[in-house]
Amino acid sequence: MGAVGPTRIEVLHLYKQLIKNSRLFNDYNFREFFLRRSRESFKANKHLNDSQAIIDCYNRGLEDLSVLKRQSIISQLYTFDKLVVEPLKGSR
Amino acid sequence: MIRGTRGRLVGLFRSSALLRNNSRIYNNYNRRRDVLVLKSLDHVRCYSAAVSAVKKLVDDVSLEIHTDIQAAAKEQSEVRNNAASTSNKESKTESEAAILSSSNALKHAYQENTGFGTRPIYLDMQATTPTDPRVLDTMMKFFTGLYGNPHSNTHAYGWETNKEIEKARKHVADLINADPKEIIFTSGATESNNTVVKGVARFYKKTKNHIITTRTEHKCVLEAARSMMNEGFEITFLSVDENGLIDLEDLKKNIRPTTCLVSVMAVNNEIGVLQPIKEIGEICRKNKVFFHTDAAQAYGKIPMDVNKMNIDLLSISSHKIYGPKGIGALYVRRRPRVRLEPLLSGGGQERGLRSGTLAPPLVAGFGEAARLMKQEYESDHKHITELSDRLTKGLLSVEHATLNGSPSHRYPGCVNVSFAYVEGESLLMALRDIALSSGSACTSASLEPSYVLHALGKDDALAHSSIRFGIGRFTTNEEVDYVIKAIVERVKYLRELSPLWEMVQEGIDLDSIQWSGH
Ligand SMILES: Cc1ncc(COP(=O)(O)O)c(C=O)c1O
Repeated sequence: MGAVGPTRIEVLHLYKQLIKNSRLFNDYNFREFFLRRSRESFKANKHLNDSQAIIDCYNRGLEDLSVLKRQSIISQLYTFDKLVVEPLKGSR
Repeated sequence: MIRGTRGRLVGLFRSSALLRNNSRIYNNYNRRRDVLVLKSLDHVRCYSAAVSAVKKLVDDVSLEIHTDIQAAAKEQSEVRNNAASTSNKESKTESEAAILSSSNALKHAYQENTGFGTRPIYLDMQATTPTDPRVLDTMMKFFTGLYGNPHSNTHAYGWETNKEIEKARKHVADLINADPKEIIFTSGATESNNTVVKGVARFYKKTKNHIITTRTEHKCVLEAARSMMNEGFEITFLSVDENGLIDLEDLKKNIRPTTCLVSVMAVNNEIGVLQPIKEIGEICRKNKVFFHTDAAQAYGKIPMDVNKMNIDLLSISSHKIYGPKGIGALYVRRRPRVRLEPLLSGGGQERGLRSGTLAPPLVAGFGEAARLMKQEYESDHKHITELSDRLTKGLLSVEHATLNGSPSHRYPGCVNVSFAYVEGESLLMALRDIALSSGSACTSASLEPSYVLHALGKDDALAHSSIRFGIGRFTTNEEVDYVIKAIVERVKYLRELSPLWEMVQEGIDLDSIQWSGH
């Protein structure tokens, strides 16, 4: 095959971007969910070896990132009161 | 007319220029409008300094829309209080005074945590679920450009929308191992259930006149079946045991040569009990009776396979799987073919079973929600089971708290618990910081005890003191811990006010008491 997968730095960068954009959600439940899922899925795929599988995973990550970018903006546009479990000051 | 400084208007002009991006139609439309506006403003010249000042002014316009539901909640509680106080003035009987004093007590039971938000935790996932942002992302393009009618087959606008519809249909079918051709989009599970119960019965009415269902079905199946009685059908409502499960022998005994349909829900919406669908499917297939299951609460949450389980008809609702509200589907088997009379007559869309133009944004959102249910199955299942175990353990640590429904045959995301000697409605009122329900959404408006819990053989008191907790994809550990703490505290508080509880503490057997009055 010889397909060239993303470098380690590229993967790390994608991970950081996913976390950063998850944090931008104004909605507590969505924010926590995307943080949890981003961490979970990177951990689960940590030991991927097959280069095609890595490329597929990376591309899916890029798609997810673009969804997160758009939807975190929407979450900031239409806001609601904070939940009873959310501290008011110093919250993200 | 338009008033304002010249600079301001120029700024507005500039920002509306920003708005017209790449859509040709909007572009031309807006340009025409802007030019008209500006022509009426004698000579507008651009002074760069003024422009940048104005740009700032325009940028100051807040884009955020904040929804304050506290205001709505306050309004409702005021209405309730007013109603209580006026009725109190009219006739100050003892019981009403008691209600008033207990509602004062409730105010004490509900303590606001300063330094935290005020919006309640959402724990009513059986009523509906939040729309997943990824679902919304799929839907957006149908509101911004993909507006063709999917049934228009003479131009590209129709084709492109139709392509998205078929993609969604495949996602919906894949989750239950069906063929996309077997999926009919409807407005929701209520419509799907009605289509089946009325449609199958009417189609076969010349030779068959009997329908079997259960006592714990959702209201829409029960009511649809009841209305078929008026059309001359006989209905058997199967009883359930104390665990909420039907007896398979009982089902076998009740099948007659004239039975056309057996309808048994997969997961119950109030108690989360999972019926033995595979076994029921086998029995129905052997007896050549159509088997319908209402899978509104089960679809995507437990593994379902229409072929392995011999299911002929299956109802699905999108808003229970983080999709949009107002859409659902019906699976109708093609081989062996199930025939039914449509409820709606019209253009013959959806294999002629459900006429009317589809709602592409909803269908596509529903499809994406189904795809996500498949993609996230492992993760969701693990997360929900963990939270459910934690919650169940925490709640059952309360004295005299019992889990309703089978402990083993259940969907973990629905936990229904009765707290004896506490009235469910009072507890709900004391729990304004948690969004819960004392039963299904449709019956919780009335104060009647749940018919589902009655069917399980629970007495009025226990049925009244039950609360349903729904856990989903977006529920967090933190929320569950908050809920456990709040319930434990407030059940204790309400029991301290209860004379019954006092008697129980003193060791008096409540059943031995002769109650006077009603
Ligand atoms: C088991 C069951 N069937 C049917 C429905 C109704 O679904 P819909 O709101 O899509 O009509 C519900 C939801 O309340 C349900 O829980």
